Amino acid sequence: MSQEFQASKPIYMQIVDQIIIDILQGTQKVGDKLWSVREMAVKMGVNPNTIQRAYAELERMGAVETRRGQGTFVINNPELFATIKLDMQREIINRYVIDMKQLGVSSVEMIDQLKAFVEGGEEHDD
Amino acid sequence: MTIELNGVSKKYGRDYALNDVNLSLQKGKIYGLLGPNGSGKSTTLKMMAGLVFPNRGEITLHNEKVTRRTAEQVAYLTELDMFYDNFSVAETINYVASQFESFDIRKAEQLLAELKLDPTKKVKQLSKGNRGRLKLVTALARDTDVVLLDEPFSGLDPMVREVTVKSLLRYVDLEQQVIVIATHEINEIESLLDEVIALYYGDIIGQENVEALREEQGLSVLEWFKTIVQEVEERFV
Repeated sequence: MSQEFQASKPIYMQIVDQIIIDILQGTQKVGDKLWSVREMAVKMGVNPNTIQRAYAELERMGAVETRRGQGTFVINNPELFATIKLDMQREIINRYVIDMKQLGVSSVEMIDQLKAFVEGGEEHDD
Repeated sequence: MTIELNGVSKKYGRDYALNDVNLSLQKGKIYGLLGPNGSGKSTTLKMMAGLVFPNRGEITLHNEKVTRRTAEQVAYLTELDMFYDNFSVAETINYVASQFESFDIRKAEQLLAELKLDPTKKVKQLSKGNRGRLKLVTALARDTDVVLLDEPFSGLDPMVREVTVKSLLRYVDLEQQVIVIATHEINEIESLLDEVIALYYGDIIGQENVEALREEQGLSVLEWFKTIVQEVEERFV
């Protein structure tokens, strides 16, 4: 398939996350039209109903709006995207802390290691 | 369009291929009929297509009993290799078109181009992957309310599979159609499905909405399928 999905999370939510990341990164421009449901389904190899649900969720969040007969557009809403970005960061930090605690790493060690890692330029893409 | 199976049983010799099965399928959805080899998936599809008839019970398409006549409204992709080797791709398309009024030859030509099938090639010259694509063309080019696909991706390499999945998604019309895909390759098609139906040696042992499974139980379809099969097997120990 075109895209791998995690087992534990609904597929439509993973598509929502992906589109939000595209918006935050600027690959999906604010004010522009999203791909049609059909195009997005083909691109991602996903059931069109699932894409429809992802778009409905984005609309509920206030990130996009559907214009009759025109399609779905990303709303220019910097505050919303800033909030979503913070939420996503919190989620990542939360996961990191839980994983480190499971390994028995103390909070101080955690912070030291993270600091050393970032400052040492040890970032990898994988 | 709805497909209903009421108390359907089918026997081959003494063995039940299906045992008192009830099912209701609605338009607008893509269903996955899952189960190990020999669990009754193909028999179920063949009965919906009007190619095999039940020993007991009734199958209806839109409240009309399934017969050879309703077959015009059903596109059925068999798991078997069913082409004439000496036909060219174009002759094969024309042949299928002559058999079904609902066959849309322009759609078939679009699909051939999209799947990069050469109309002048003989069927016997086609690779396995290309025969698989040709089968999909003959099924998807029909404007029918019901599309039944028996193991449409089996034996196709991942690249070909991706191309065929995309063609399927491009041409399905969920406003009108109900799609049923029978397969034992669960992981590969999970993201295509609305609902999954698990068959296990002639019985339906579960039916779920794919996203609800993830949302409410945190399970992928494969994990769910393994769990319920295990429960059934433990009951027989």
